[in-house]
Amino acid sequence: MRRLTVLRSPVGAASAVLLTILLALAIFAPLLWGDRAAAINTDALQQGPSADHLLGTDQLGRDIFFRVLVATRLTIGLALLATVIGVATGLVLGSVPSVLPRWAARIVTSAVNIAVAFPGLLLALFFAVIFGTGTIGAALAIAFAITPSFARLTQTLTASVSGRDFIAAARVCGVGRFRLLTRHVLPNIAEPLVINATLAAGSALTAFAGLSFLGIGVQAPSYDWGRLLGEGLNRIYISPAPALGPAVAVVLAGLAFNLFGEAAAAGHRQRSHRAATLAPKTTSAPADAGLLTVRNLHVSFPGGITPVRGVSFTVHKGEMIGVVGESGSGKSLTALAVSRLVEHPGTVTADTLEFNGKPLDRTPDRELGTRLAMVFQDPTTSFNPTKRIGRQIAEVSEVHQGLGRGAAARKAVDRLDAVRIPEPERRAKQYPHEFSGGMRQRAMIAMGLMGEPQLVIADEPTTALDVTVQREVLKLLARIRQDRSAAVLLISHDITVVAQTCDRVLVMYAGRIVEELPTDELFTAARHPYTTALLKAVPDLDTDRDAPLAVIPGRPPEPGEIGRGCPFAPRCPLADDQCRTEEPELTTHRQDHRVACWKSETELAGVR
Amino acid sequence: MSELVFTNVTVRFGHHTAVDDVSLTVPAGQVMGLVGESGSGKSTLAATAVGLRKPTSGHIRADGKVQMVFQDPYSSLDPRMSIGNSIAEAMPRGTDKKAEVARLLELVNLDPGRATALPARLSGGQRQRVALARALAGHPRVVIADEITSALDVSVQGAVLNLVRDLQRQLGLSMLFISHNLAVVRYVSDRIAVMKAGRIVEEGPAGQVLEDPQHEYTRELLAAAPRRHTRLEAS
Repeated sequence: MRRLTVLRSPVGAASAVLLTILLALAIFAPLLWGDRAAAINTDALQQGPSADHLLGTDQLGRDIFFRVLVATRLTIGLALLATVIGVATGLVLGSVPSVLPRWAARIVTSAVNIAVAFPGLLLALFFAVIFGTGTIGAALAIAFAITPSFARLTQTLTASVSGRDFIAAARVCGVGRFRLLTRHVLPNIAEPLVINATLAAGSALTAFAGLSFLGIGVQAPSYDWGRLLGEGLNRIYISPAPALGPAVAVVLAGLAFNLFGEAAAAGHRQRSHRAATLAPKTTSAPADAGLLTVRNLHVSFPGGITPVRGVSFTVHKGEMIGVVGESGSGKSLTALAVSRLVEHPGTVTADTLEFNGKPLDRTPDRELGTRLAMVFQDPTTSFNPTKRIGRQIAEVSEVHQGLGRGAAARKAVDRLDAVRIPEPERRAKQYPHEFSGGMRQRAMIAMGLMGEPQLVIADEPTTALDVTVQREVLKLLARIRQDRSAAVLLISHDITVVAQTCDRVLVMYAGRIVEELPTDELFTAARHPYTTALLKAVPDLDTDRDAPLAVIPGRPPEPGEIGRGCPFAPRCPLADDQCRTEEPELTTHRQDHRVACWKSETELAGVR
Repeated sequence: MSELVFTNVTVRFGHHTAVDDVSLTVPAGQVMGLVGESGSGKSTLAATAVGLRKPTSGHIRADGKVQMVFQDPYSSLDPRMSIGNSIAEAMPRGTDKKAEVARLLELVNLDPGRATALPARLSGGQRQRVALARALAGHPRVVIADEITSALDVSVQGAVLNLVRDLQRQLGLSMLFISHNLAVVRYVSDRIAVMKAGRIVEEGPAGQVLEDPQHEYTRELLAAAPRRHTRLEAS
């Protein structure tokens, strides 16, 4: 199934057809037309193209068209042979260092590194001279010219796989080095290797044609396309067809291999890296005033996958709201949609998506850049490692507020001070790697404070941090809200973190809000079975150590798996037929408390 | 019995000392919780116990085999190998591999019929159970669990913790349970060791360490751990 994805792109399909034709020719042409290609006809020497001889005849009167067809077998066969030898040798040279003792590995690696420095064709010519002219010599020459780059590729890929935990796990289990290589490393690097081998076959084919053309490849009476090209070239001014025929064949075959390889590589890249670009789409309708108003927000991706399915909430000025959910619940995408950061091919739609009373898609970047601040999970990747922290923070004000360089730099120092980074002036001149994780996260918040943010969206801001640091960052967010009356939208998988800091909690499950309630009531009056189960399942410092932890059976659904009915129904102890067929809406249960559940209060009390 | 004993273990990377003269005993049949922040040397200490890293000085003694369960179930299983084969690989020669794989899968509450599935077909929690089954396949006396729940969804984490506790008691394993999450460590451990900057700063019975912490840093960790009913005010 997976391998066939290559055929779905037009380039992949076309090159696959071309390759099939070439292989068919290689197999059948000598059987069908071998005699005609070899038939000497002294009455028709060196003729131009005619109805009898499409590409004319050579100096012995043999039909060049059929000779080109028949030569397919030798040409492709030799190219493949050279590739197989080259790739196999490269694979061995590239992977033995992981099995050899360290000193021997170092010698092999250095030798490969030196060989990589020489251009392939130069190596091929060098080896061709050593091995002598002739078919075998040329094949070996081209094979060994391919070898170094393959050895290097194998080394690099092996190194990247060797760092993974499953290799360490296998070593702990006592798996030997050789078995590690054959069972764990090679299968995991096979795909890029096969793709590169296809590309290498294309180059081997053209290189072989080149050697034969120069007279150091295939020798008479054997003939390949390169040799036919060489023979035809002598009289190209009298009759171009005999030279053009094999030339076209070489180009077509070379293209077929290369394009197929490229298409396969593109398919591979697509699978290993699924990313998206920008296409926000919003329609607006009147809604009750709030700083941020979201009504019926959807975020979808091609293939009918909709990870956010109709989310509605309001953030008022100066409020701290927590969004809790597990991976795949759509909480992060909701945050990204609100900050207009959902990337292509994702599409965002909403009945209302308003910030500060204005539709979000009509809010100018500059305004959004100063009024809305975003803090991400991983402070290591949020900063450019090659620029000083102070510079990066200052840039925000240069771009969005038109401040001069000096003024922006002073403001940056002031904001670093505001997030309690000690010695802000000295720290501003440092690079991100000189900051600890917690300091980087505070610097990230300082960057958000360069404008006058009315809303800070923090997406798992403390997940990558240690607990003692986590507390500092959470306190900082609370202080920003107090001092600047900015609203905070805190997204977290950790319900205790949210419970400690926020006024209201939104619980998300499978792309929807399933419960919204004041934090004070979270532990006493939560109604949705998912919320209550979550509260029981997460241990804290007061959990009874002698009882088993409460468990929610099953797992949260992937965005592609959400079907009819309440998405929590498969894991819910109260689920009945209605739950499994109809999805409940989020309805107001009591003031400030909304729940999406069919069950009544008395039924729910049973599981609490 | 099957203790795991670290004696004056030091690990240096260049000038950096990751583990600094650590002596620690995981008593037979008990769970030693090891808490500390990232970079405190917890994982490096674990790596020395299974031979993934050689200590610069000091030595480690374990009676019987030591096995390890890794943090990230998405990278600790070979994506190209069926889960049954991954488990079978860790078994001693001459075992009836098929039957043993089925037994182990059943032990970790997975359907033995899924032995031929690739890891991609499994959820994070299920993968972590496979990793646990693989660790048990070599009949270890000592198991090291390095942050085994931190990559899991919170609703799934509880099931894995219950399983770890059950298996540990049922098989009488000695266990070094590493986590940065004090609440999780508290739940599974008989004793707790606190590590900071490569050193063990406090060690003792779980209840004692949590209720009457002696070291300043332990108190700091306890104060920082999120609690349900205390609100964090702006400082």
